[in-house]
Amino acid sequence: MSDDLVLHLEQLKVETIKGAVLVDNVDVTLRRGEILGLIGESGAGKSTIGLASMAYARAGCRITGGNIIINGTELRASTAAQRRNFRGKSIAYIAQSAAASFNPAMTLMEQVCEAPVTHGVMPRAEAQAYAVRLFRTLQLPNPETFGDRYPHQVSGGQLQRAMAAMAMSCRPDVIVLDEPTTALDVTTQIEVLALLRDLIREFGTAGLYITHDLAVVAQIAHRIMVLRHGKMVEVGAAKQVLEEPATPYATALVNERRESEHIALPEPPKNVHPVLVIKDVDAGYGDVPVVKGINLSIARGETFAIVGESGSGKSSMARVVVGLLPRWTGDVRLDGESLSPALPQRPRDRLRRVQMVHQMPDVALNPRQTLAEIIGRPVGFYFNRPRSAIKQRVVELLQLVGLPPDFVSRRPGQLSGGQKQRVCIARALAAEPDLIICDEPTSALDPLVAEEVLKILRRLQDELGVAYMFITHDLGTVRRIAHRTAVMLKGEIIAQGPTADIFSPPFHPYTERLIASVPEMDTQWLDGVLERRTLQ
Amino acid sequence: MTLFGHRPPLFAQIGLAIVVINLLVAIFGPWLAPYDQSQSVGDTWAPSSAHMLLGADQIGRDMLTRLIYGARMTIGIAAATTALSFLIGITLGFTAAVVGKWVDVALSRVVDIMLSIPQLIFALIILGVFGSSIPVLIITIAVLDSTRVFRLARALGMNLTVLEFVEAARLRGEGLWWVIRREILPNAAAPLISEFGLRFCFNFLFVAALSFLGIGVQPPYADWGGMVRDNAPAINFGLYAPLYPALAIAALTVGVNLVVDWLLSIDARPSGAQAEM
Repeated sequence: MSDDLVLHLEQLKVETIKGAVLVDNVDVTLRRGEILGLIGESGAGKSTIGLASMAYARAGCRITGGNIIINGTELRASTAAQRRNFRGKSIAYIAQSAAASFNPAMTLMEQVCEAPVTHGVMPRAEAQAYAVRLFRTLQLPNPETFGDRYPHQVSGGQLQRAMAAMAMSCRPDVIVLDEPTTALDVTTQIEVLALLRDLIREFGTAGLYITHDLAVVAQIAHRIMVLRHGKMVEVGAAKQVLEEPATPYATALVNERRESEHIALPEPPKNVHPVLVIKDVDAGYGDVPVVKGINLSIARGETFAIVGESGSGKSSMARVVVGLLPRWTGDVRLDGESLSPALPQRPRDRLRRVQMVHQMPDVALNPRQTLAEIIGRPVGFYFNRPRSAIKQRVVELLQLVGLPPDFVSRRPGQLSGGQKQRVCIARALAAEPDLIICDEPTSALDPLVAEEVLKILRRLQDELGVAYMFITHDLGTVRRIAHRTAVMLKGEIIAQGPTADIFSPPFHPYTERLIASVPEMDTQWLDGVLERRTLQ
Repeated sequence: MTLFGHRPPLFAQIGLAIVVINLLVAIFGPWLAPYDQSQSVGDTWAPSSAHMLLGADQIGRDMLTRLIYGARMTIGIAAATTALSFLIGITLGFTAAVVGKWVDVALSRVVDIMLSIPQLIFALIILGVFGSSIPVLIITIAVLDSTRVFRLARALGMNLTVLEFVEAARLRGEGLWWVIRREILPNAAAPLISEFGLRFCFNFLFVAALSFLGIGVQPPYADWGGMVRDNAPAINFGLYAPLYPALAIAALTVGVNLVVDWLLSIDARPSGAQAEM
């Protein structure tokens, strides 16, 4: 075994306490300065491997087999105190959600210095000086005083970088990055990605980079391991896995990304009678406006996409339309009739005609109800049908979204993420609406599953002629599904028109920036973008 | 033996045994008791004997009979009180959480005012004004206790009402009652059930305390708090009489708490394992 092997997982096996196998005989080797990308859909065991490389398993799970060797020391045979000494010091972890990982009551500096001081790596003064150096490397604003702030006083991208500083504070040999850029906006993602890469290169740290996004891993990893259902599917050099995947599963993953890079526009609807018209709408929370001067119209059978980064007001737009956020001024018309600003004043039939599909299918379905109740309720509520007719309709709706009829007695907990989202769609369809507002319906789903959901939405539009207001930050999805698109920035629509026009020159500068920020699967892409930026 | 899909540990089994025995005694009391609860069958504080296992009380009634009828009365009132308290507290708490705005402010401030007055003093005033009868007793304690239930239900409701499935129901146009009953209540059931056990204990002790003070259950009905007070002078003569009802109160309190502790521990760690490998 070569000396520069810093992390070696041998025949790793992780199971739940009930005996389900989460990670099955996976071997991982990591040399000094090398970055290995772990790729797979949710449930593939990526995060479990990341945690297991620190000899840690989540509550309810156990590491049941294999060896975890860091710098020649086997961690599973060590005592809890010895393992504790390794964590943070030799191997560090960057979590997906920095916001949930910082203690809101402590300053960033206290939290960044905690590990080196308690591990006795360096005294506090030295740790602070080192932290400032890390802040500077990570291009955080005012590195000398940045550490005096509390987590809520900095932006999401800055917090994620502060977390990288925290992980690097003990100069670890290995760093585990668990989807560190997934929660960030595309434009922020590039910056963080570039900085993380530079940081790892500068300090010669080895990295385990966990993500579901092939394009992201292409920018940073030397080697890629593809996982599925806890098993290793394929491992190889990054370029080779991305360009010539050997296994069918890896090929499917890569092709899904490739396909979404095409601009494949569905047929635009011939009927241009607008189902929803929004005229000069302003709205906000308290005194703070979040959407300003919105004008748009959606035709029957059309998919109208609203894109923008978080905080751009796109979800607030949806809330204005459904009446959860009463508008201040302007008018929202459904089929020519003005809708009351607030939800309780709207008659039942108006409510029926605008339905919503939420972002997180996990919390959009009541876990204590069966699918028969969840989907059947709108049928009974709006159409007052007899019990047998409702049952019949629930089965029809399940079939419409591609779920077997015997699912009626299941509860949401017994479904996968993609199945739950189909149930949400079925629930919306149960009301026989004219317009469905889809608020990021695919962003919580794995790419292959999201693909299925998009296809179902497309098919249902063809069959039923329903219009979609499709809110997303994912430009790839927009290009493929939307007839027309509006780009939002700081509560205003800055560009609006047929999707093909929005995504072809001349661009609005912000649209161009958004488009340029979407990672591509080319391993040279990040360098290219950074180069173009410096030239500008 | 498994309950709710879990095997109760030893202490929970002891607690369950105590609770089950007490409940059976409370339900089947009149058929189990050897005598009538107001029937005088021996001398004052007669020692235990073959026909009076625990001896007699201060006016010669059979202690065991009084304990059995006391279980019926004390547990019955505590259970009715807790049920009523939960009905009021959950309804108002969920309403405050779901409707929000001024409804929440108004209800919460009223509850704050009630909580700021010591419960026992409050109860003494009400029972003093309206006189102590069993319905007044139940309603008084229930209203006072519902303030605590309100607080819990409101907090649980607040966490649930922001979830998207509740939002989906409101978007559909569902009324308040449906949202509370079908969307929120089933998801708040687990913590509420454990809280029910705890509140039952407090109410049970509260009824006993009021009876001990003489404004709770009135003679000739037997109840444990009143029995402690009536037999208290016996302690001066080195007799056990007041200890039997006191022990019964202590045993049931401990028993219910053991069960609740276990229920809470299931609720708190569903996966049932510590994180370290």
